[in-house]
Amino acid sequence: MTTEENIWKLLEEVPDPEIPVISIVDLGVVRSVTVSNDEVVVEITSTYSGCPATDVFIADIKSKLRENKFEKVEVKMKFSPAWTTDWLTENARVKLREYGIAPPEDEPDKSVLFAKQVVVPCPRCSSKNTKLISQFGSTACKSLYQCNDCHEPFDYFKCLK
Amino acid sequence: MENKDALINYCLRVGDSSLVLGQRLAEWCSNGPILEEDIALTNISLDLFGQSRMLYSYIAELKGNGETEDSVAFGRNERAFYNTLLSERPNGHFGDTIVRGLLVDAFNFHFYTKLKESKDSTLAAFAEKSLKEVTYHLRHSSEWIIRLGDGTEESKNKVQKSLNELWGYSDDLFEMNDDDLNLVSEGVAIDLSSIKPLWQETINTVLSRAKLTLPENVFMHKGSRNAVHSEYLGHLLCEMQYLQKAYPDAKW
Ligand SMILES: [Zn+2]
Repeated sequence: MTTEENIWKLLEEVPDPEIPVISIVDLGVVRSVTVSNDEVVVEITSTYSGCPATDVFIADIKSKLRENKFEKVEVKMKFSPAWTTDWLTENARVKLREYGIAPPEDEPDKSVLFAKQVVVPCPRCSSKNTKLISQFGSTACKSLYQCNDCHEPFDYFKCLK
Repeated sequence: MENKDALINYCLRVGDSSLVLGQRLAEWCSNGPILEEDIALTNISLDLFGQSRMLYSYIAELKGNGETEDSVAFGRNERAFYNTLLSERPNGHFGDTIVRGLLVDAFNFHFYTKLKESKDSTLAAFAEKSLKEVTYHLRHSSEWIIRLGDGTEESKNKVQKSLNELWGYSDDLFEMNDDDLNLVSEGVAIDLSSIKPLWQETINTVLSRAKLTLPENVFMHKGSRNAVHSEYLGHLLCEMQYLQKAYPDAKW
Protein backbone atom coordinates (compact mmCIF):
# COMPACT_ATOMS: atom_id res chain seq x y z
CA MET A 1 0.00 0.00 0.00
CA THR A 2 1.36 3.44 -0.90
CA THR A 3 1.41 6.17 1.71
CA GLU A 4 -1.47 7.90 -0.07
CA GLU A 5 -3.61 4.76 0.01
CA ASN A 6 -2.79 4.37 3.67
CA ILE A 7 -3.96 7.93 4.34
CA TRP A 8 -7.21 7.38 2.42
CA LYS A 9 -7.82 4.33 4.64
CA LEU A 10 -7.26 6.41 7.76
CA LEU A 11 -9.61 9.14 6.50
CA GLU A 12 -12.32 6.51 6.09
CA GLU A 13 -12.21 6.26 9.87
CA VAL A 14 -13.00 9.96 10.33
CA PRO A 15 -16.77 10.29 10.85
CA ASP A 16 -18.95 13.13 9.60
CA PRO A 17 -19.54 15.06 12.86
CA GLU A 18 -23.22 15.55 12.09
CA ILE A 19 -24.03 12.11 10.66
CA PRO A 20 -21.46 9.90 12.43
CA VAL A 21 -22.49 6.69 10.60
CA ILE A 22 -20.78 7.89 7.43
CA SER A 23 -17.16 8.90 6.99
CA ILE A 24 -15.91 12.08 5.38
CA VAL A 25 -14.70 9.90 2.48
CA ASP A 26 -18.22 8.45 2.03
CA LEU A 27 -19.57 11.99 2.11
CA GLY A 28 -17.34 12.92 -0.81
CA VAL A 29 -15.70 15.93 0.82
CA VAL A 30 -12.13 14.60 0.61
CA ARG A 31 -10.98 15.52 -2.90
CA SER A 32 -7.30 14.57 -2.96
CA VAL A 33 -4.40 13.36 -0.85
CA THR A 34 -0.82 14.08 -1.82
CA VAL A 35 2.40 13.28 0.00
CA SER A 36 5.74 14.81 -0.83
CA ASN A 37 8.76 14.19 1.38
CA ASP A 38 7.03 13.78 4.72
CA GLU A 39 4.41 16.47 4.13
CA VAL A 40 0.76 15.54 3.66
CA VAL A 41 -1.69 17.79 1.85
CA VAL A 42 -5.39 16.88 2.02
CA GLU A 43 -7.78 18.83 -0.17
CA ILE A 44 -11.36 19.01 1.02
CA THR A 45 -14.49 20.81 -0.10
CA SER A 46 -17.47 21.89 2.00
CA THR A 47 -20.97 20.53 1.40
CA TYR A 48 -22.75 23.85 1.91
CA SER A 49 -20.69 27.01 2.19
CA GLY A 50 -21.94 27.80 5.69
CA CYS A 51 -21.68 24.23 6.95
CA PRO A 52 -20.36 24.46 10.52
CA ALA A 53 -19.00 20.91 10.23
CA THR A 54 -16.21 22.10 7.91
CA ASP A 55 -13.99 23.37 10.73
CA VAL A 56 -14.53 20.09 12.56
CA PHE A 57 -13.50 18.10 9.45
CA ILE A 58 -10.23 19.99 9.34
CA ALA A 59 -9.44 19.46 13.01
CA ASP A 60 -10.42 15.77 12.90
CA ILE A 61 -8.33 15.06 9.79
CA LYS A 62 -5.29 16.64 11.40
CA SER A 63 -5.63 14.79 14.67
CA LYS A 64 -6.32 11.46 12.95
CA LEU A 65 -3.18 11.76 10.84
CA ARG A 66 -1.06 13.00 13.72
CA GLU A 67 -2.12 9.99 15.80
CA ASN A 68 -0.69 7.93 12.97
CA LYS A 69 2.64 9.69 12.95
CA PHE A 70 2.05 12.10 10.11
CA GLU A 71 3.47 15.23 11.68
CA LYS A 72 3.20 17.74 8.84
CA VAL A 73 -0.40 17.90 7.68
CA GLU A 74 -1.98 20.67 5.70
CA VAL A 75 -5.73 20.73 4.94
CA LYS A 76 -6.66 22.94 2.01
CA MET A 77 -10.14 24.09 1.01
CA LYS A 78 -11.09 23.51 -2.61
CA PHE A 79 -14.14 25.34 -3.94
CA SER A 80 -14.29 24.14 -7.51
CA PRO A 81 -15.85 21.93 -8.71
CA ALA A 82 -18.57 22.48 -6.13
CA TRP A 83 -19.65 19.55 -3.97
CA THR A 84 -22.59 17.54 -5.26
CA THR A 85 -24.58 14.69 -3.75
CA ASP A 86 -23.36 12.58 -6.72
CA TRP A 87 -20.14 12.25 -4.72
CA LEU A 88 -21.84 10.32 -1.92
CA THR A 89 -20.65 6.72 -2.16
CA GLU A 90 -23.05 3.80 -2.49
CA ASN A 91 -21.91 2.78 0.98
CA ALA A 92 -23.03 6.18 2.28
CA ARG A 93 -26.49 5.82 0.75
CA VAL A 94 -27.01 2.43 2.43
CA LYS A 95 -25.78 3.68 5.78
CA LEU A 96 -27.91 6.82 5.64
CA ARG A 97 -31.05 4.78 5.03
CA GLU A 98 -30.21 2.41 7.91
CA TYR A 99 -29.70 5.45 10.13
CA GLY A 100 -33.18 6.78 9.26
CA ILE A 101 -32.18 9.47 6.75
CA ALA A 102 -33.52 9.15 3.22
CA PRO A 103 -30.62 9.41 0.74
CA PRO A 104 -30.81 11.91 -2.15
CA GLU A 105 -33.17 11.02 -5.01
CA ASP A 106 -32.58 12.16 -8.54
CA GLU A 107 -34.86 15.16 -9.00
CA PRO A 108 -36.12 15.04 -12.59
CA ASP A 109 -37.94 18.39 -12.48
CA LYS A 110 -35.12 20.93 -12.74
CA SER A 111 -37.31 24.05 -12.84
CA VAL A 112 -36.19 26.60 -10.30
CA LEU A 113 -39.67 27.89 -9.62
CA PHE A 114 -42.61 25.65 -8.82
CA ALA A 115 -40.72 22.41 -9.40
CA LYS A 116 -42.69 19.20 -8.84
CA GLN A 117 -41.76 17.63 -5.54
CA VAL A 118 -39.64 14.52 -5.86
CA VAL A 119 -40.96 11.26 -4.36
CA VAL A 120 -38.85 10.37 -1.33
CA PRO A 121 -39.44 6.84 0.04
CA CYS A 122 -39.73 6.55 3.81
CA PRO A 123 -36.49 5.13 5.24
CA ARG A 124 -38.45 3.19 7.88
CA CYS A 125 -41.28 1.46 5.98
CA SER A 126 -40.26 2.20 2.35
CA SER A 127 -43.66 3.73 1.57
CA LYS A 128 -43.62 6.24 -1.27
CA ASN A 129 -46.59 8.02 0.24
CA THR A 130 -44.63 10.81 1.95
CA LYS A 131 -44.88 14.59 2.13
CA LEU A 132 -42.45 17.49 2.39
CA ILE A 133 -42.77 19.35 5.70
CA SER A 134 -39.97 21.86 5.19
CA GLN A 135 -37.24 22.38 2.58
CA PHE A 136 -34.87 23.12 5.41
CA GLY A 137 -34.14 20.56 8.08
CA SER A 138 -31.87 19.95 11.03
CA THR A 139 -28.74 20.79 8.98
CA ALA A 140 -28.11 22.68 5.74
CA CYS A 141 -27.96 19.48 3.70
CA LYS A 142 -31.33 18.08 4.76
CA SER A 143 -35.06 18.69 4.34
CA LEU A 144 -37.83 17.47 6.58
CA TYR A 145 -40.39 14.91 5.38
CA GLN A 146 -43.13 12.88 6.94
CA CYS A 147 -44.43 9.44 5.99
CA ASN A 148 -48.22 9.36 5.43
CA ASP A 149 -48.35 5.62 6.16
CA CYS A 150 -46.24 5.02 9.28
CA HIS A 151 -46.48 8.73 10.21
CA GLU A 152 -42.80 8.98 11.18
CA PRO A 153 -41.15 12.30 10.38
CA PHE A 154 -37.74 11.85 8.79
CA ASP A 155 -34.78 13.75 7.35
CA TYR A 156 -34.11 13.71 3.63
CA PHE A 157 -30.54 14.32 2.45
CA LYS A 158 -31.49 16.70 -0.32
CA CYS A 159 -30.14 16.39 -3.81
CA LEU A 160 -27.58 19.04 -4.71
CA LYS A 161 -26.23 19.17 -8.25
CA MET B 1 -2.76 47.82 -8.23
CA GLU B 2 -5.79 49.89 -9.16
CA ASN B 3 -7.36 46.76 -10.53
CA LYS B 4 -6.74 44.87 -7.34
CA ASP B 5 -8.50 47.58 -5.33
CA ALA B 6 -11.45 47.46 -7.71
CA LEU B 7 -11.66 43.68 -7.36
CA ILE B 8 -11.49 43.91 -3.56
CA ASN B 9 -14.23 46.51 -3.58
CA TYR B 10 -16.36 44.34 -5.86
CA CYS B 11 -15.95 41.37 -3.50
CA LEU B 12 -16.98 43.63 -0.61
CA ARG B 13 -20.18 44.58 -2.47
CA VAL B 14 -21.16 40.94 -2.86
CA GLY B 15 -19.78 39.61 0.44
CA ASP B 16 -21.20 42.44 2.57
CA SER B 17 -24.67 41.97 1.08
CA SER B 18 -24.55 38.30 2.09
CA LEU B 19 -23.15 38.98 5.55
CA VAL B 20 -25.63 41.71 6.43
CA LEU B 21 -28.67 39.80 5.19
CA GLY B 22 -27.34 36.71 6.99
CA GLN B 23 -27.14 38.73 10.21
CA ARG B 24 -30.70 40.02 9.70
CA LEU B 25 -32.05 36.52 9.13
CA ALA B 26 -30.21 35.24 12.20
CA GLU B 27 -32.41 37.61 14.23
CA TRP B 28 -35.28 35.23 13.44
CA CYS B 29 -33.55 32.49 15.43
CA SER B 30 -36.08 31.37 18.08
CA ASN B 31 -38.55 34.01 16.81
CA GLY B 32 -39.90 32.28 13.71
CA PRO B 33 -43.68 32.06 13.25
CA ILE B 34 -43.45 28.25 13.24
CA LEU B 35 -40.58 25.92 14.09
CA GLU B 36 -40.00 24.90 10.45
CA GLU B 37 -39.65 28.53 9.38
CA ASP B 38 -37.36 29.30 12.28
CA ILE B 39 -35.11 26.55 10.94
CA ALA B 40 -35.52 27.59 7.30
CA LEU B 41 -34.63 31.26 7.86
CA THR B 42 -31.61 30.43 9.98
CA ASN B 43 -30.46 27.82 7.45
CA ILE B 44 -30.58 30.49 4.76
CA SER B 45 -28.69 32.79 7.11
CA LEU B 46 -25.99 30.15 7.51
CA ASP B 47 -25.61 29.78 3.73
CA LEU B 48 -25.20 33.54 3.43
CA PHE B 49 -22.56 33.63 6.17
CA GLY B 50 -20.68 30.86 4.38
CA GLN B 51 -20.81 32.79 1.11
CA SER B 52 -19.48 35.95 2.72
CA ARG B 53 -16.66 33.98 4.37
CA MET B 54 -15.47 32.70 1.00
CA LEU B 55 -15.24 36.24 -0.34
CA TYR B 56 -13.67 37.67 2.81
CA SER B 57 -10.95 35.00 2.72
CA TYR B 58 -10.34 35.93 -0.91
CA ILE B 59 -10.12 39.61 0.02
CA ALA B 60 -7.64 38.80 2.80
CA GLU B 61 -5.57 36.82 0.32
CA LEU B 62 -5.67 39.65 -2.26
CA LYS B 63 -4.63 42.19 0.36
CA GLY B 64 -1.87 39.95 1.66
CA ASN B 65 -1.23 42.30 4.56
CA GLY B 66 -2.13 40.01 7.45
CA GLU B 67 -5.85 40.73 7.30
CA THR B 68 -8.13 37.73 7.88
CA GLU B 69 -11.74 36.98 7.03
CA ASP B 70 -12.60 38.02 10.60
CA SER B 71 -10.83 41.37 10.42
CA VAL B 72 -12.64 42.09 7.16
CA ALA B 73 -16.01 41.28 8.74
CA PHE B 74 -15.50 42.88 12.14
CA GLY B 75 -12.96 45.62 11.52
CA ARG B 76 -14.97 48.06 9.43
CA ASN B 77 -17.61 50.70 10.12
CA GLU B 78 -20.73 51.43 8.09
CA ARG B 79 -19.11 53.81 5.61
CA ALA B 80 -16.77 51.00 4.60
CA PHE B 81 -19.62 48.51 4.06
CA TYR B 82 -20.96 48.08 0.53
CA ASN B 83 -24.00 45.89 1.11
CA THR B 84 -27.26 46.68 -0.67
CA LEU B 85 -29.94 48.72 1.10
CA LEU B 86 -32.39 45.82 0.96
CA SER B 87 -30.07 43.56 2.93
CA GLU B 88 -30.03 45.96 5.89
CA ARG B 89 -33.82 46.56 5.99
CA PRO B 90 -35.26 45.44 9.31
CA ASN B 91 -37.04 42.07 9.34
CA GLY B 92 -40.47 43.56 10.12
CA HIS B 93 -43.11 40.84 10.16
CA PHE B 94 -42.75 37.50 8.39
CA GLY B 95 -44.29 38.89 5.17
CA ASP B 96 -41.76 41.73 5.08
CA THR B 97 -38.91 39.24 5.46
CA ILE B 98 -40.31 37.03 2.69
CA VAL B 99 -40.77 39.93 0.24
CA ARG B 100 -37.22 41.16 0.93
CA GLY B 101 -36.10 37.56 0.43
CA LEU B 102 -37.84 37.23 -2.92
CA LEU B 103 -36.31 40.44 -4.31
CA VAL B 104 -32.81 39.47 -3.16
CA ASP B 105 -33.01 35.73 -3.93
CA ALA B 106 -34.20 36.36 -7.51
CA PHE B 107 -31.35 38.85 -7.93
CA ASN B 108 -28.77 36.41 -6.51
CA PHE B 109 -30.06 33.61 -8.69
CA HIS B 110 -29.57 35.53 -11.94
CA PHE B 111 -26.38 37.20 -10.70
CA TYR B 112 -24.63 33.94 -9.78
CA THR B 113 -25.84 32.28 -12.97
CA LYS B 114 -23.81 34.91 -14.87
CA LEU B 115 -20.93 35.22 -12.42
CA LYS B 116 -20.18 31.51 -12.96
CA GLU B 117 -18.67 32.66 -16.27
CA SER B 118 -16.37 35.25 -14.65
CA LYS B 119 -12.78 35.26 -15.88
CA ASP B 120 -11.70 35.47 -12.24
CA SER B 121 -11.56 31.77 -11.35
CA THR B 122 -12.16 32.33 -7.62
CA LEU B 123 -15.29 34.38 -8.30
CA ALA B 124 -16.49 31.78 -10.81
CA ALA B 125 -16.03 28.93 -8.30
CA PHE B 126 -17.70 30.99 -5.59
CA ALA B 127 -20.66 31.66 -7.89
CA GLU B 128 -20.99 28.01 -8.89
CA LYS B 129 -21.28 26.98 -5.25
CA SER B 130 -23.53 29.86 -4.20
CA LEU B 131 -25.93 29.33 -7.09
CA LYS B 132 -26.87 25.88 -5.80
CA GLU B 133 -27.74 27.39 -2.44
CA VAL B 134 -29.64 30.46 -3.61
CA THR B 135 -31.78 28.27 -5.86
CA TYR B 136 -33.22 26.76 -2.67
CA HIS B 137 -33.61 30.23 -1.16
CA LEU B 138 -35.57 31.43 -4.19
CA ARG B 139 -37.87 28.42 -4.05
CA HIS B 140 -38.50 29.09 -0.41
CA SER B 141 -39.35 32.78 -0.77
CA SER B 142 -41.42 32.40 -3.94
CA GLU B 143 -43.54 29.61 -2.52
CA TRP B 144 -44.24 31.65 0.59
CA ILE B 145 -45.17 34.77 -1.40
CA ILE B 146 -47.79 32.71 -3.20
CA ARG B 147 -49.14 31.24 0.02
CA LEU B 148 -49.39 34.70 1.57
CA GLY B 149 -50.52 36.67 -1.49
CA ASP B 150 -53.10 34.10 -2.54
CA GLY B 151 -54.01 33.27 1.06
CA THR B 152 -56.41 35.08 3.37
CA GLU B 153 -57.52 38.68 2.98
CA GLU B 154 -55.29 39.69 5.87
CA SER B 155 -52.17 37.92 4.58
CA LYS B 156 -52.76 39.38 1.11
CA ASN B 157 -53.11 42.93 2.44
CA LYS B 158 -50.08 42.61 4.64
CA VAL B 159 -47.78 41.20 2.00
CA GLN B 160 -48.98 43.70 -0.64
CA LYS B 161 -48.08 46.46 1.83
CA SER B 162 -44.63 44.90 2.33
CA LEU B 163 -44.11 44.87 -1.42
CA ASN B 164 -45.22 48.51 -1.77
CA GLU B 165 -42.70 49.55 0.84
CA LEU B 166 -39.72 47.39 -0.15
CA TRP B 167 -40.03 47.92 -3.89
CA GLY B 168 -38.42 51.35 -3.46
CA TYR B 169 -35.13 49.67 -2.58
CA SER B 170 -35.02 47.36 -5.58
CA ASP B 171 -33.19 49.63 -8.05
CA ASP B 172 -30.33 49.87 -5.55
CA LEU B 173 -29.55 46.18 -6.19
CA PHE B 174 -28.48 47.07 -9.73
CA GLU B 175 -26.20 50.03 -8.99
CA MET B 176 -22.68 49.92 -10.43
CA ASN B 177 -19.75 52.31 -10.11
CA ASP B 178 -16.97 53.11 -12.62
CA ASP B 179 -14.67 50.44 -11.20
CA ASP B 180 -17.40 47.84 -11.64
CA LEU B 181 -17.77 48.87 -15.28
CA ASN B 182 -14.03 48.42 -15.81
CA LEU B 183 -14.24 44.96 -14.28
CA VAL B 184 -17.21 44.22 -16.55
CA SER B 185 -15.15 45.09 -19.62
CA GLU B 186 -12.45 42.70 -18.40
CA GLY B 187 -14.99 39.89 -18.05
CA VAL B 188 -14.54 39.74 -14.27
CA ALA B 189 -17.70 41.48 -13.06
CA ILE B 190 -21.28 41.24 -14.32
CA ASP B 191 -23.14 43.99 -16.14
CA LEU B 192 -26.14 44.23 -13.83
CA SER B 193 -28.26 45.96 -16.47
CA SER B 194 -28.13 42.68 -18.40
CA ILE B 195 -29.70 40.70 -15.58
CA LYS B 196 -32.39 43.22 -14.68
CA PRO B 197 -34.89 42.03 -17.33
CA LEU B 198 -34.38 38.41 -16.22
CA TRP B 199 -34.89 39.40 -12.60
CA GLN B 200 -38.00 41.40 -13.51
CA GLU B 201 -39.43 38.41 -15.34
CA THR B 202 -38.92 36.12 -12.34
CA ILE B 203 -40.54 38.67 -10.03
CA ASN B 204 -43.49 39.14 -12.40
CA THR B 205 -44.04 35.38 -12.69
CA VAL B 206 -44.12 34.93 -8.93
CA LEU B 207 -46.25 38.01 -8.24
CA SER B 208 -48.87 37.09 -10.79
CA ARG B 209 -49.22 33.62 -9.24
CA ALA B 210 -49.46 35.32 -5.86
CA LYS B 211 -52.11 37.73 -7.20
CA LEU B 212 -50.07 40.71 -6.07
CA THR B 213 -49.38 43.87 -8.05
CA LEU B 214 -46.28 46.01 -8.34
CA PRO B 215 -46.68 49.53 -6.97
CA GLU B 216 -46.29 52.39 -9.44
CA ASN B 217 -44.35 55.67 -9.28
CA VAL B 218 -42.30 54.60 -6.29
CA PHE B 219 -39.37 56.75 -5.16
CA MET B 220 -36.20 54.69 -5.58
CA HIS B 221 -33.66 54.84 -2.73
CA LYS B 222 -30.05 54.33 -3.79
CA GLY B 223 -26.52 54.97 -2.62
CA SER B 224 -25.24 51.74 -1.12
CA ARG B 225 -22.77 51.14 -3.96
CA ASN B 226 -20.96 54.19 -2.57
CA ALA B 227 -21.37 52.98 1.01
CA VAL B 228 -24.16 55.43 1.81
CA HIS B 229 -26.60 53.55 4.02
CA SER B 230 -29.83 53.90 5.94
CA GLU B 231 -29.73 54.38 9.71
CA TYR B 232 -30.33 50.65 10.20
CA LEU B 233 -26.88 49.44 9.22
CA GLY B 234 -25.03 51.09 12.11
CA HIS B 235 -27.29 49.44 14.67
CA LEU B 236 -26.87 46.07 13.01
CA LEU B 237 -23.08 46.37 12.96
CA CYS B 238 -22.96 47.49 16.60
CA GLU B 239 -24.57 44.25 17.62
CA MET B 240 -22.66 42.05 15.19
CA GLN B 241 -19.25 43.53 15.97
CA TYR B 242 -19.75 44.05 19.69
CA LEU B 243 -17.51 41.25 20.88
CA GLN B 244 -14.61 42.06 18.58
CA LYS B 245 -14.79 45.73 19.54
CA ALA B 246 -15.02 45.09 23.26
CA TYR B 247 -12.29 42.43 23.20
CA PRO B 248 -10.08 43.06 20.16
CA ASP B 249 -8.54 39.90 18.72
CA ALA B 250 -10.50 37.71 21.13
CA LYS B 251 -10.04 34.03 20.35
CA TRP B 252 -12.26 31.05 21.18
ZN1 LIG C 1 -43.03 5.17 6.72
